[in-house]
Amino acid sequence: MKSIFPILTVVAAIFALWYVFAVVLNAPWAYSKAERAEVELSFSEMVADTMAQEKPRLPAPHQVGAEIWKTTVEKKITSKRSLIYHGWITLQATALGFAFGIGLGILLAVSIVHFRVMDMSVMPWIIASQTVPILAIAPMIVVVLAALQVDDIVAKGVISMYLSFFPVVVGMVKGLRSPDTMLLDQMKTYSASSSQTFWKLRLPASAPYLFASLKVGAAASLIGAVVAELSLSQNGGLGARLLAGSYYGQTIQIWSALLAAATLAALMVFVLGAIEKVTLKRMGMAQ
Amino acid sequence: MSETVIQAKNLDLTYQTNDGPIHALKGVDLDINKGDFVSFIGPSGCGKTTFLRAIADLEQPTGGKLTVNGVSPEEARKARAYGYVFQAAGLYPWRTIGGNIRLPLEIMGYPKSEMAERVAKVLELVHLDGFEKKFPWQLSGGMQQRASIARALAFDADILLMDEPFGALDEIVRDHLNEQLLELWARTNKTIGFVTHSIPEAVYLSTKIVVMSPRPGRITDVIESTLPRERPLDIRDTPEFLEIAHRVREGLREGHAYDD
Ligand SMILES: Nc1ncnc2c1ncn2[C@@H]1O[C@H](COP(=O)(O)OP(=O)(O)OP(=O)(O)O)[C@@H](O)[C@H]1O
Ligand SMILES: [Mg+2]
Repeated sequence: MKSIFPILTVVAAIFALWYVFAVVLNAPWAYSKAERAEVELSFSEMVADTMAQEKPRLPAPHQVGAEIWKTTVEKKITSKRSLIYHGWITLQATALGFAFGIGLGILLAVSIVHFRVMDMSVMPWIIASQTVPILAIAPMIVVVLAALQVDDIVAKGVISMYLSFFPVVVGMVKGLRSPDTMLLDQMKTYSASSSQTFWKLRLPASAPYLFASLKVGAAASLIGAVVAELSLSQNGGLGARLLAGSYYGQTIQIWSALLAAATLAALMVFVLGAIEKVTLKRMGMAQ
Repeated sequence: MSETVIQAKNLDLTYQTNDGPIHALKGVDLDINKGDFVSFIGPSGCGKTTFLRAIADLEQPTGGKLTVNGVSPEEARKARAYGYVFQAAGLYPWRTIGGNIRLPLEIMGYPKSEMAERVAKVLELVHLDGFEKKFPWQLSGGMQQRASIARALAFDADILLMDEPFGALDEIVRDHLNEQLLELWARTNKTIGFVTHSIPEAVYLSTKIVVMSPRPGRITDVIESTLPRERPLDIRDTPEFLEIAHRVREGLREGHAYDD
């Protein structure tokens, strides 16, 4: 509970700053409206206007809050205007992509640790893959997959996997290599096979590393799904909401979709953190 | 005569490093008989660990001949001829004490029914009964070290190799563990190779004390203990004990003088 006060302070500061920026950024529009209507704006009238514009440059927090309320609580979740509906679509693609990413990441990590050749030959490519801007290649991947008649959710999952496997590889390689020489020598004195060393030593030792990279990977896979939805916007999803919002200048909608995505990411990281705690505790690695 | 378990003949072991070769062992000759308790003592860097690791097939000799149970160290290792206790306890944090002791048994494919029995037996041997379900972090350093000894005893290896197992422990705990180790040795009749820096510890425990000196690592003296096998702690005050300790100290000093 002690940690709640610093967190609240930071949140309050962010909101205060947000309001200040909303006023500053939206003021020109408020003045130009007043000019056309040929009325004088007092300062307080101007401030009031900056927080109630229909298409503000930066919507005020309460506007976004109201929009989120309207599109979650007040809409049926089957409605195409419901954020929950779109969030669910994004979450499914994220989960699929994350699962792919974890699978691919672990597979690559295991082979990198076991085969020196893999370490030398594949690792540079893995790193190079992450330097390619995903926004640029996502549409191409989507087109190619569409030509191969792949389901749209799988196509989104592939982009999501592309971003999420990387932290898993890096974390798992580090984790699988974390047992020191002494522990490995000890395995040798038991004349253990390399698969026994893997299952009994390397894999359990990598658990804390895996969880750390899963948290990074979860956020990355959400970004991947949202980016993919920009190219596959006909199927909905938070990315589609972002795109539609920017088409029509609906900044409030953009911001509420952004906040929804952030909430989703936070939720996933929180769930992973809970699983981590329980797992490590049951493994005896957290005291 | 009793049979020779470990035999080194003119053994060399040179490490190739970036700063040139390091002669960790040079011309080492040694016979260890079945049931011996052999201590290796000598200044830091004289090759004690290297020798133990060579016996365990964790290092490859670069010259001479080394046999364990009459075969090469590699064959002996594959036949699981020895248990090795490292300087650090090296318990797996995600396994309970019982689980840690079960580890080698699982790897060696002992039947499940037998495991529980063996775990209970070795825990009793190191006086850790009742700690089977505890995790390593719930035990003191000395208890962890005992658990790691128990783990090396759990399977049927006639040889026990120990590299400064009590190095990090205080004097009192050390005395206690030394007593227990002797008792254990008497009960199991294993051949023990034991590395230490402590003269009293070496004299108290051993039937044979190997004094080594560095650069290049070699054996300067092998002392057969005249002490009886039955050794209460206060044997350390007897003249006989002090005489052996004196000879060990002389041997160590000679090795050092060689340095200058
Ligand atoms: N893996 C290695 N590579 C290179 N040199 C090594 C290696 N292991 C040990 N040495 C060197 O070999 C020599 C003997 O080392 P060793 O560890 O056997 O000594 P020790 O008698 O066990 O010393 P201590 O009492 O400090 O444990 C030292 O000079 C050391 O620097
Ligand atoms: Mg050593």
